[in-house]
Amino acid sequence: MGGEAGAAGTFEPVVVAFTCSWCGYPSAVLAGVNRIEYPPGVMIVRVMCSGMVEPAYMMRAFEQGADGVIVVGCQMDNCHYMTGNKRAQERVDMVRVLLRTLGLDDRRLRTEWMNASERVRFAQVMNEFVAELKGLGPSPAVPCEEKA
Amino acid sequence: MSEKVIKRLIQDTRAFDCVECGKCTSVCPVTRFNREFAPRLLVVKAMESPSIEALAKERDLWVCTTCAVCSSMCPYKVDYTEFIRGLRAESALLGITPECSQGGLLHSMMRIMGKGELKQRRLDWVTPDLTVAPKGDIYYFTGCAKHLSTVFQDRKGLDFGGVPEAAVRIMNAAGVVPAVSNDEVCCGHDLNWTGDENGLAALIDRNLAAIKATGAKKVVFTCPEGLRTFSVDYPAMGDEDLPFEVVHLSQLMAEWVKEGKLKFRETKAKVTYHDACRLGRHMGVYDPPREVLRAIPGVEFVELENNRDKCLCCGVSGWVSCDANTKLLQMEKLKEAKRTGAGTMLTFCPKCQVHLNCALQDKIPVDRALVDIPVQDFTVFVANALMR
Repeated sequence: MGGEAGAAGTFEPVVVAFTCSWCGYPSAVLAGVNRIEYPPGVMIVRVMCSGMVEPAYMMRAFEQGADGVIVVGCQMDNCHYMTGNKRAQERVDMVRVLLRTLGLDDRRLRTEWMNASERVRFAQVMNEFVAELKGLGPSPAVPCEEKA
Repeated sequence: MSEKVIKRLIQDTRAFDCVECGKCTSVCPVTRFNREFAPRLLVVKAMESPSIEALAKERDLWVCTTCAVCSSMCPYKVDYTEFIRGLRAESALLGITPECSQGGLLHSMMRIMGKGELKQRRLDWVTPDLTVAPKGDIYYFTGCAKHLSTVFQDRKGLDFGGVPEAAVRIMNAAGVVPAVSNDEVCCGHDLNWTGDENGLAALIDRNLAAIKATGAKKVVFTCPEGLRTFSVDYPAMGDEDLPFEVVHLSQLMAEWVKEGKLKFRETKAKVTYHDACRLGRHMGVYDPPREVLRAIPGVEFVELENNRDKCLCCGVSGWVSCDANTKLLQMEKLKEAKRTGAGTMLTFCPKCQVHLNCALQDKIPVDRALVDIPVQDFTVFVANALMR
């Protein structure tokens, strides 16, 4: 796993997207059903609520070679489980501090809140995130030779 | 194959010498609340069926807190703690690892530090009023106090975030300018005690390179886990002795107090001291912290009922198996501390602080007035008592 500099020197970032079962994941599904394209390196992980994405999940993704991690959940104040997305935001903020101390750019970890049918926005967010990661380059958390 | 490994472990840790006196079981903090656990029973099981596959799935292998009270009480000096560590390393090779508190967040960070090509920002805590150097005879190992204080930022009453500053302030007051390095990584204690020896080896290489680059002859620790890992596990993993001496800050502080280099101001406080297992039983440092406390005017120092090598455990090590029994254990500890009448319990270990603080945060089935005692960092306490 992990983004790799291909033969032509192209770098396709690997993104782990934790999507909640009620808004993030349906949006991803709808984007797929409607054939809206987003980058192939985006790996969708469905979770019941964004609030269950522990800091360890995010760090583990980086440990195993992700170039970026995004947590996608319901709109603020509209969480299916009341306050899960607030919890997720707190945890992401904390992990971003850890990433900075570790020497990883904190732009590699972000959140996005959306409604259940935002297929276009989902694809747009992923496109933007991957473009940003391309600018940042491969994650230094994993050495290049391990990424193949 | 696995039989041979187990037999060697039994031999290396002198487990054959066991005379079944049961002292280890009677002092074991885990056995107190979990009657099925006994350090020596694991050795018996290993002898009866020497298969790592079977042993690795034993819950007992992972509920041990590795506090080493068994080994320190054993009349034949059987090293149960090392036996457990060895078995865990073998289990990890089979891919059997425990479920850790924080979901293994800190373990992941350590592995990233071991293999990544990172430009860390480890020295953000160095403020202009602290004097440090890139090179020098004495090196200060920062450790993970800063990472831990980020992870536990929403916990009330934890104050170990200021440990590195406090340590440097104390050293500066004694006229020492410590070397620090941004290339240093975690010591790897938690990886070691969850069986990840490869992860530990990667961290060892980086740490030794970073410290050698500073030209240090002495490496100072505040964290007992770092001290234990450097002085016991680093030489054991490598082939050679460390190219520097390893000391705990309390040992240096005690010397400086005797030489009159550290001056304290009047500090009104009644305190007790918790001997962290890594500092006490693992490394044998008991007296220096007590000497320092006695040198501070106004500080009334009271011992815990179970002190020094009999000091009760904080309940968890390496983030492995924090369960209901752990909480009971922690309540015992806090009750004992409260009974001394002290206003604060001091300790060097940031993990002990995290664990005991956690026990206080939970909805506990005990009268809060019996256990409500703040646990503070020793280094921070001493730095605050320095003459300004």
